[in-house]
Amino acid sequence: MAPILDVRDLRVEFPTRRGTLTALDGVSFAIEPGEVLGVVGESGAGKSMTGAAIIGLLEPPGRIAGGQILLNGRRIDNLPHEQMRRIRGREIGAIFQDPLTTLNPLYTVGDQLIETMQTHLDLSGGEARQRAIGWLEMVGIPAAAQRVDSYPHEFSGGMRQRVVIALALCAEPKLVVADEPTTALDVSIQAQIIALLKRLAREKGTAMMLVTHDMGVIAETADRVAVMYAGRIAEIGPVREVVKDPRHPYSTGLMASIPPLDRRVEHLAQIDGAMPRLSAIPPGCAFNPRCPHVFDRCRVERPELLETGATRAACWLYDPASEKQAPEALRHG
Amino acid sequence: MADDIAMRASGAPPPHASDASPPRASGASPPRASGATPMLAAEELAKYFDVSRPLLQRLLAREGRRILRAVDGVSFEIPKGTTLSLVGESGCGKSTVARLVVGLYQPTRGRVLFDGQDLEKARAASEQRRRMQMIFQDPYASLNPRWRVRDIVAEPIRAFGLTRDNAAQRERVAQLLAQVGLSPLDGEKYPHEFSGGQRQRISIARALSSNPEFLVCDEPTSALDVSVQAQILNLMKDLQRRLGLTYLFISHNLAVVRQISDRIGVMYLGRLVELAPAETLFNAPRHPYTRALMEAIPDLDMTGRQRVPVGGEVPSPISPPSGCPFHPRCPLANHRCKAERPALIPARGTPETVVACHAVEEGRDGAAFTPMDQRPPGPRIGTTATAL
Ligand SMILES: Nc1ncnc2c1ncn2[C@@H]1O[C@H](COP(=O)(O)OP(=O)(O)OP(=O)(O)O)[C@@H](O)[C@H]1O
Ligand SMILES: Nc1ncnc2c1ncn2[C@@H]1O[C@H](COP(=O)(O)OP(=O)(O)OP(=O)(O)O)[C@@H](O)[C@H]1O
Ligand code: SF4
Ligand code: SF4
Ligand SMILES: [Mg+2]
Ligand SMILES: [Mg+2]
Repeated sequence: MAPILDVRDLRVEFPTRRGTLTALDGVSFAIEPGEVLGVVGESGAGKSMTGAAIIGLLEPPGRIAGGQILLNGRRIDNLPHEQMRRIRGREIGAIFQDPLTTLNPLYTVGDQLIETMQTHLDLSGGEARQRAIGWLEMVGIPAAAQRVDSYPHEFSGGMRQRVVIALALCAEPKLVVADEPTTALDVSIQAQIIALLKRLAREKGTAMMLVTHDMGVIAETADRVAVMYAGRIAEIGPVREVVKDPRHPYSTGLMASIPPLDRRVEHLAQIDGAMPRLSAIPPGCAFNPRCPHVFDRCRVERPELLETGATRAACWLYDPASEKQAPEALRHG
Repeated sequence: MADDIAMRASGAPPPHASDASPPRASGASPPRASGATPMLAAEELAKYFDVSRPLLQRLLAREGRRILRAVDGVSFEIPKGTTLSLVGESGCGKSTVARLVVGLYQPTRGRVLFDGQDLEKARAASEQRRRMQMIFQDPYASLNPRWRVRDIVAEPIRAFGLTRDNAAQRERVAQLLAQVGLSPLDGEKYPHEFSGGQRQRISIARALSSNPEFLVCDEPTSALDVSVQAQILNLMKDLQRRLGLTYLFISHNLAVVRQISDRIGVMYLGRLVELAPAETLFNAPRHPYTRALMEAIPDLDMTGRQRVPVGGEVPSPISPPSGCPFHPRCPLANHRCKAERPALIPARGTPETVVACHAVEEGRDGAAFTPMDQRPPGPRIGTTATAL
């Protein structure tokens, strides 16, 4: 099947006075119709940046400096602004990490939904209003018919988040880029939203890029998962393998840091140290200063994604030609 | 910015070394700690919002005022050196409670005592304001976009006159940024140059910079990956152990709540429905809503178990149901529940828990009350799957 979204060797740069920062470096992945790709990784790794590049909303001076983005086989990374604006909303629905930037404080949530639908779908005012109420119900806003005329500030954080989700979905796009869509939501509403997203993927063949820190949401929703670190993909593969049996040392550390639900621990597992700043990414493997398995080659040569048997990981331990091979503990999570 | 609680103090007194707070109480403390003044006490707190439509529209539609009861009579105490967490459905009033306890909202009813002193009086003194800080749910809205990060973090230090020595200030800011996993060099940048999680860490660093003793944390780690989240939670626990900090913590992530809390309050529609020591709440949740909430936790083990959302309609805080507000969704509801609002009283069987439920009081939650670890897998009583 031809993928709906195809990202090839994407590179995003930020020119600054102190030199050019590379925020994304050689990011490639594809999403098929009806598929949900989960994207996880270190805070600041470039997940939102990847989403922003796809929907054509990179914040200047950020710019795509290399690679291609294809939607249904057509390049969209080099389209003029006006054309991209039409694609956004109609063909790509975006759910941003920050609900306040998407919602206009001066208009009621109902008006914003109605406007979006009328821009992209052929609907009368009355029909659009009915649908707006329907969407609010679908994302679990209580007394939707009463609250459709509320302004964003009259809603709680989680309610605003759900309005943003409704806005992204209401024009029935083919691709949904969802950046932390459920972080502000309680587990019950979260379950409802996830069921809604999965149903859209299954029934309408919507492709979805789902960025989240919530591994529970990933485990339930994603088909495949990409793990990002310092502007690169560290590991990518089927959800079960990446979450339960990760092969890249960063992914292993990440999954080990998930707080347990069934007991209290005094000190939570964490990966010591911090991700390098964009201006100081070390040569070779970007994870090498924090990696417990680091060896000479890691400090010189940058690893490409290599087959590990279950996933693909950017780690020299999986190159048969390396002087050091993955220890048993890494091969079987 | 209106919601900036680190308001400027003119001629603030020199810093008080406040590191000599009492040691952390071991384990969970009872709701009424013996004698010692709690860090914070909320007494019958309520906050109503007027969400009426404009007058003309109201007249045309012949409707009255609409009052939304965001918080409706909430009482609790937080002993010094301990953590109370609030959990509950989105929109149940957690952030409103947070804003009430730091004085950003005037209560419609009830009052807040900060270290035994009426909050309004306490906030008149800058030294008292210094002792309380808040990390906001929305890390975007709470950072001034035109300020460099180092100035944002240093602002409380300056406002409260903690040190006037520039080198010492720089040093402290660098240390705070490093503590939250950022580089001291990041201080030169502006908020928009950071990712969501990095901004959240900036607001944590800022909240810590005035050496507060009481910290209100509204979803402080929601934008962080699990490894950075673990670093922040470890930092918070460490500060509590070393300096005796007191936390009011709000999160939807129940695994995180379990790691950080001494006691947990479960809110529903503006009220506390259960308040218990953390481990008791997880091992023996009593209120039907608490139990339903536990069922809805996502399943990391990919057993294929279907998550069970809390069944039924989420009620509206504008016209809350009669009697027990959970009754339209509760499998144990009977006619008493529809008529009479249950009081928050010690629970049968787990008296360290206070719970507002007739069924628990009457002892007819029996079959449903099985500790988590003894329960069979699969859908259980207390919930019905919502058809989606
Ligand atoms: N306007 C900008 N100028 C310079 N650097 C920027 C800018 N915006 C973002 N960055 C940097 O780009 C990197 C990637 O940011 P991005 O927002 O994509 O991270 P993320 O993976 O979404 O993180 P989080 O999980 O915290 O949201 C970060 O290191 C951030 O500091
Ligand atoms: N300024 C306001 N004006 C009108 N209504 C408000 C206002 N602030 C909050 N509310 C309402 O009060 C209720 C409680 O909101 P609050 O923000 O306290 O919820 P919350 O428990 O923090 O939810 P979330 O988990 O989604 O953040 C909601 O119904 C909300 O719509
Ligand atoms: S390439 Fe080397 S440093 Fe990088 S993750 Fe693999 S072992 Fe560690
Ligand atoms: S009081 Fe009645 S309706 Fe309310 S939770 Fe208890 S059993 Fe259910
Ligand atoms: Mg992000
Ligand atoms: Mg809130």
